[in-house]
Amino acid sequence: MSETVHPEHAHHPALQHHFDSLEQQAEASTLGMWVFLATEIMFFGGLFLAYAIYRMWYPVAFHEGSHHLDITLGAFNTAALICSSLTMAMAVHAAQVGSRKGQIGFLIGTIILGGVFLGVKAIEYAEKFRDHLIPGHHFQWHGEANPRNVEIFYTLYFTMTGLHALHMIVGMGIMLVILWMAYRNRFSPQYYSPVEVSGLYWHFVDIIWIFLFPLLYLIGRHG
Amino acid sequence: MSGHVVSPRLYYLIFGTLMALTALTVGVAFIDLKIMNTVVALTIAVIKATLVVLFFMHVKYSTRLTWVVAASGIVWLAIMFGITFADYLSRGWVNAAQ
Repeated sequence: MSETVHPEHAHHPALQHHFDSLEQQAEASTLGMWVFLATEIMFFGGLFLAYAIYRMWYPVAFHEGSHHLDITLGAFNTAALICSSLTMAMAVHAAQVGSRKGQIGFLIGTIILGGVFLGVKAIEYAEKFRDHLIPGHHFQWHGEANPRNVEIFYTLYFTMTGLHALHMIVGMGIMLVILWMAYRNRFSPQYYSPVEVSGLYWHFVDIIWIFLFPLLYLIGRHG
Repeated sequence: MSGHVVSPRLYYLIFGTLMALTALTVGVAFIDLKIMNTVVALTIAVIKATLVVLFFMHVKYSTRLTWVVAASGIVWLAIMFGITFADYLSRGWVNAAQ
């Protein structure tokens, strides 16, 4: 398929008939994604609110529960996600300057880093399972705090990180599709909205983790 | 497209800042600042998120409409937190008065 923008009557093959121009189409795509992300803020926001209230009620239990989390693995995963945000931003840049090789390379990098994050998360979940920290019938806690309250911390831990991990899995699926499209040479400096918009989603998931990491892992040290 | 091409140099600069802030927030967590630990951790998180939104997500170079929609998410969040905490934080006041 030709990538050239024909002047006058003919138009770019990626331009949908209900838009005047590629610029308008791209603006609508970006805006649509931001509307979706605003709903996602509320989706996670409810959990952050629950966290804030229960932490206010049970500070000792949250402190103890958090102390048991592996700060090294948490920090490693934070770094992995920030790296993946860089490769994602670079993939969009590669699309903007029309580098197919750049898009493919950076998208593969993003997917791999997402996989590393989920792998570390699986190791952490396995440790929690071994230590009887899965909320429910077999939950055990041998610290000072009331086990029922620590269980609430771990319920929030699994719900928030679980929902985040689900978003990561979805994001990796989206990146595989974008990778396939990039491989097929579907993007050009005139048309790269799918890369841009998927990037917005990926960065958003990174931002959620930027807040989850200190709230879940770091509060157990002090404060 | 909205068109603005951010130079890779700026992306690497933002990346370096994000990594440095991550190291900082982990370091500060081991220093006992009492209640300020959470305040410092959240402040660093907000700075990191802002950098990601402005540069990686290109909001700095986006139209006013995108700005408004992006900000609206924060506004709804603030309303949810504001009203909920107006309830929970004030419950003790009522008990104290009785």
